[in-house]
Amino acid sequence: MADNKGILVVGEVAEGKLFPITAEILGAGRRLADELKEQLSCILIGDKIGDAGKAAVAAGANKVYVADDVQLKEYENCTYMQVMEKAVAEIAPRIILMGQTANGRDLAPRLAFKLGVSAVMDCLELAIDPATKLLQCTRAVYGGNAKAIFTSEAIPQIATVRVKASSPLAPDAGRQGEVVVFAVALDAAKIKARVLETIKEEVAGIKIEDAAAVVAGGRGLGGPEPFTKELADLAKILKGAIGASRPPCDNKWVPDSIQVGLTGKIIAPELYIAVGISGSSQHMSGCSGSKCIVAINKDPEANIFKEARFGVVGDWKVVLPAFTAKVKELVQ
Amino acid sequence: MNMIVCCKQVLDPEAAPATFKLDAANNRMVQPPEVKPVVNPYDEQAVEAALRIKDKDKAAHKITIICLGNNLVRDVVKKPLSMGADELILLEDAAFEGGDSFSVASALAAAIKKVGPFDLIFCGRQESEWDDGQVGSGLAELLDIPSVTVAKKVEVLDGGKVKVERVVADGFQVLEVQSPALITISNELGEARYATLKGIMAASKKQPVIWKPADLGLDAGKVGAAARKAKVVKLFQPVKEGKCDIISADSPAEAGALLAQKLRENKVI
Repeated sequence: MADNKGILVVGEVAEGKLFPITAEILGAGRRLADELKEQLSCILIGDKIGDAGKAAVAAGANKVYVADDVQLKEYENCTYMQVMEKAVAEIAPRIILMGQTANGRDLAPRLAFKLGVSAVMDCLELAIDPATKLLQCTRAVYGGNAKAIFTSEAIPQIATVRVKASSPLAPDAGRQGEVVVFAVALDAAKIKARVLETIKEEVAGIKIEDAAAVVAGGRGLGGPEPFTKELADLAKILKGAIGASRPPCDNKWVPDSIQVGLTGKIIAPELYIAVGISGSSQHMSGCSGSKCIVAINKDPEANIFKEARFGVVGDWKVVLPAFTAKVKELVQ
Repeated sequence: MNMIVCCKQVLDPEAAPATFKLDAANNRMVQPPEVKPVVNPYDEQAVEAALRIKDKDKAAHKITIICLGNNLVRDVVKKPLSMGADELILLEDAAFEGGDSFSVASALAAAIKKVGPFDLIFCGRQESEWDDGQVGSGLAELLDIPSVTVAKKVEVLDGGKVKVERVVADGFQVLEVQSPALITISNELGEARYATLKGIMAASKKQPVIWKPADLGLDAGKVGAAARKAKVVKLFQPVKEGKCDIISADSPAEAGALLAQKLRENKVI
């Protein structure tokens, strides 16, 4: 596929709105495309996509392909693969980028294996090697203890990008670009799975991904109660959300949807307060992008103190109420 | 149902980050003596998912474990047997070392074709060393079967249909998939069961089947590192600045209050 050119971003869209991760990847993709002096295109797959195509142009794309079909409303790889196979054949990109989301992490490897190429998952940084024009991808390995730079010579190169790892461009409605319909006749014989329903597990209050402050608890909290009492009190004062490391989720103290970490939510709030969290690499992968990490832990050797900006070594049962009372006094 | 679970032996991911060391020259991790190998935790949960199906009718369901690697520790790789799985196949050879997801999935696909007809394949959502999360989907693509990834519940329905709950950002999808199919399992499934003493005794009597590349019809020069598609340009340990301002005071409560003050001074709150 020596003639393949340009970068194709596989965008995600719901209710006519572009996902923030798609704008982030279009920002990163724009920079790479400019280095290559090639086009940045974007494919949006879904139902009732509306003006999201224009939003993708404003976010940096030269050309947007819209595959709008009621059968594509819910992500499922039997249908999305059919769209992507056709898109790769017609658009013939050099590089394909998608988000490290539930959909991207499902689609990228299937597409890569179908094309006989390699995908690099969950990338933190993307760069072009000027000599070869090949994409070099940096990602965390060994649970975040190390990083590795990967490349591959098989074209197209495929990579998924971690949420909040790259910055979107400021949306520019004056940016020139083309939005075209990308029609795909789906072959029913290839559809071996179907979505019966999607269950939303709404968390009361502000969503953890959107919160400016997150108060998170770990194994050290010892049970579910502190999450609804002490942590909730502090989160309320800070107008923030509650998070957790993996042990409280595995022990069913809190819902899985608030797990922060490599396999949970990846967040980057202004303030991240870790209470009774040891700071495993797995967990830190989910919050290391936070502006300020604050740790309360009784173990002075806990890894969290290597990652935090401020910390108190002590029993959270004593430290946290005093901290919360003082915060309340200061912010009011 | 004929079920296959793919398991990987990894170094204990719960080991303290301080024990972690790299052999940068060879782009790989050094195994510290105090860190023991274990079954990749997500793979253990994949075994659990298969066992929950087998629990319903022990005679009607069979679970075969396939494990790829070299110098596999028998007590480790036999753990799924002691949990209740029926058979263990080891793809064990020095030639399998140094592979990426493509090498691993290709060898697993060859082994599964040799095993014969199957209904369900389970994998962990990702392994804890490279955290790649590609082998499951890749294997399904190579075998040309449907896949559902990051599942938290699997239920067998009539007519070879399987109902799967797949974790997504704000909840979960419920899917119906036609077997044969591959499902990757996430930690939301819940904890894997412990091995019982009876299970450990039974497992100790079972001998694993060992297959070399040639047994799979593969050229030993074209598996493992030689079959890689992704090249590691560089492996490195990021330097951590570690400049935590530890707030101390006469009592933990005072330290807590002082912490709040400090955050205010630094305009964090």
